[in-house]
Amino acid sequence: MSPRATKFLLGIAAPVLALVTAFAITSLVLIAAGDPAGEVWGQILSVPETRKLTNIINNATVLYLSGLAVAIGFRMNLFNIGVDGQYRVGAFVAAVVAGEAWLPGYLNTLLAVAAAILCGAAWAGIAGLLRATRGVSEVISTIMLNFIATSLVAFFLRKAAVRVEGSNSLGTKVIPEGSRIPSFSIGSGPGTEVYGFLFVAIFAGFAFWFVLNKTRFGFDLRATGQSTTAAVANGISVKKMTILAMLISGGVAGLVGLPILFGSAYSYGSTFQSGLGFAGIAIALLGRNNPIGIAIGALLFSFLNEQSNALQILVGVSPDIVAITQGVIVLTVVISYEIVRRYGVRLEQQHVAQALASEAPPPPGGPSSAEPEEVRA
Amino acid sequence: MRRSTRLAALLTAGILSLAVTACGSDNNKASDPGASNAPSSNINVGMAYDVGGRGDQSFNDSAAAGLDQAVKEFGMKPSESEATDGEAETAREERLRTFADNGFDPIIAVGFAYADAVKKVSAEYPELHFAIIDDASLADVPNVASLVFAEEQGSFLVGAAAALKTKTDHVGFIGGVETPLIQKFQAGYAAGVAAVNPDIKVDVTYLTQVPDFSGFGDPAKGKTAAQGMYDAGADIVYHAAGGSGGGVFEAAKEAGGLAIGVDSDQYETADPSVKDVIMTSMLKNVNVAVYKYLAEVNGGTFPAGVTTYDLKVDGVGYSTSGGKIDDIVPDLDAFKQQIIDGTIVVPTTP
Repeated sequence: MSPRATKFLLGIAAPVLALVTAFAITSLVLIAAGDPAGEVWGQILSVPETRKLTNIINNATVLYLSGLAVAIGFRMNLFNIGVDGQYRVGAFVAAVVAGEAWLPGYLNTLLAVAAAILCGAAWAGIAGLLRATRGVSEVISTIMLNFIATSLVAFFLRKAAVRVEGSNSLGTKVIPEGSRIPSFSIGSGPGTEVYGFLFVAIFAGFAFWFVLNKTRFGFDLRATGQSTTAAVANGISVKKMTILAMLISGGVAGLVGLPILFGSAYSYGSTFQSGLGFAGIAIALLGRNNPIGIAIGALLFSFLNEQSNALQILVGVSPDIVAITQGVIVLTVVISYEIVRRYGVRLEQQHVAQALASEAPPPPGGPSSAEPEEVRA
Repeated sequence: MRRSTRLAALLTAGILSLAVTACGSDNNKASDPGASNAPSSNINVGMAYDVGGRGDQSFNDSAAAGLDQAVKEFGMKPSESEATDGEAETAREERLRTFADNGFDPIIAVGFAYADAVKKVSAEYPELHFAIIDDASLADVPNVASLVFAEEQGSFLVGAAAALKTKTDHVGFIGGVETPLIQKFQAGYAAGVAAVNPDIKVDVTYLTQVPDFSGFGDPAKGKTAAQGMYDAGADIVYHAAGGSGGGVFEAAKEAGGLAIGVDSDQYETADPSVKDVIMTSMLKNVNVAVYKYLAEVNGGTFPAGVTTYDLKVDGVGYSTSGGKIDDIVPDLDAFKQQIIDGTIVVPTTP
């Protein structure tokens, strides 16, 4: 087999192994619980109708941005747990700016999106600054900043909220129609409108790949992530890279809530989707910090969420089973990549050993030359 | 860290799901039309719970109790589904649509978080009927019944009870999540305390802020907050914090103080070891609202518009189990009458 094909097969093996294991473990849980595993999988793996497909794409768009934001940190060896707080700060500020409508039409949208990116970046930048100047672990500071973000946003939401008569929800002013990002329909009937923000997400993924792999900055970032000493030796300022990486990660995090805000909710309220930042961590792990991988991870999680929704009604099994599947997938992905990596290393060693053995001249006095160590000895 | 908590939550959720499924199948058996002389009906009720679902010992459970009663009496066929934490708005919509597409009518949405979803889906299925609890923003939609409560009135009475019973002239209020809904509890409670003695100090704290709704299901947070209040000198604490209330009762027990329950008569439902600290409970009879709604549906009419469950119709109230407030019942009933008459108007915002 050619080395290229081997590499490809190994690359495919890890996620397939992970999915199969996760599938098996979830089935065991279902069987142990006395639930009909066959029916559950039948429902989850059924072909989604257009409306559900729309939801899958839309929710995957949101998860994708969150995964990207986390992955930027990961590539720099920074664990940005704060995406959760950053996206809420960003979405809230964007909702207020867009709701106030200081500018007409899409200028208003642009201003709001810029505000979201800036605020998300600034919020993450605090952690970056603390890490660069004071050596504070970004894991700790971003978790703390999440709590602060929650309280701060809740406080300002109460100030900015417009109460609808009879409603128990709080929400910011509704974004004027001219500033909403148009959706496009992929089918007929209600609920088949895909967020126009999808294209922004795709562009963000492309930019992620381009900046990391094709620019000097991306090289510096990856180098710093892999070895700070090597980076310093190359004249890269680690402090500067830390702050920049956090700023960019936070800026992307600021975008996370915007597909929902400009595509369906049109205001930030007490029922705005929560926990997206944590989902992003799982998805970045699943996607191996690769823009295509993250897209697949986001689609997979979104697919599982959507398909499991009806489980309780149609099969009588709680959709929480899918949360178990998702958790198991993340674990198995991490483990199976490690297994496949070790297997790959062993294959390579054998390959090198064989090559060495065939190149080396037959040692005097012995026909066997299988072990290169013995040859050298 | 958060991830390990999440993992733990997943496992717990898995276990809970067993309980939920078990409950679900029991109901189906109970409503089996073939079973002896059990009443039967062709009405399929879809019940969409908020986060926590059946078994939360609070709001959702109360709604479930109303459903169970209706199922038992009228032989309706129920199906249930609950929200998961951090789900998308589309997940709530899709839950309602799944009910709609599978022959469920009426569909009951438990909790104000469903307001937008009910608004959207009720327009898509104009021939079906919906009910939503704790939201009145859809008052004009012809196929939606809004079931709301005067939580501030019930809270006023338990506030008055706390004021009459406190020895330190210092009481507390713990809200689960700071939302306009829970602020109604706070406003009523504070007004009730002030009606008895305006000099009594009322400590107020909320466990979490939106969109973090964990304040409704975290006994540890409830316990810490309540301990703080008892340490500061409060002797009676009222909680409107759903599942976090268990922690409030524990703190009361350890501090030798008293606590006031919420939603259902918690003297009857709480852990027996903390029973004796529960002075009274503010009753929010979600079960009554659900049952009455389903009774009307069984009678052939689908109610629409807003129905407010207040003191007048015993939609809210206070419990007397345990006998700790027997001596002040006449005072409380006097307040109750004044509220019903409109002599006292209880504020809904603090």
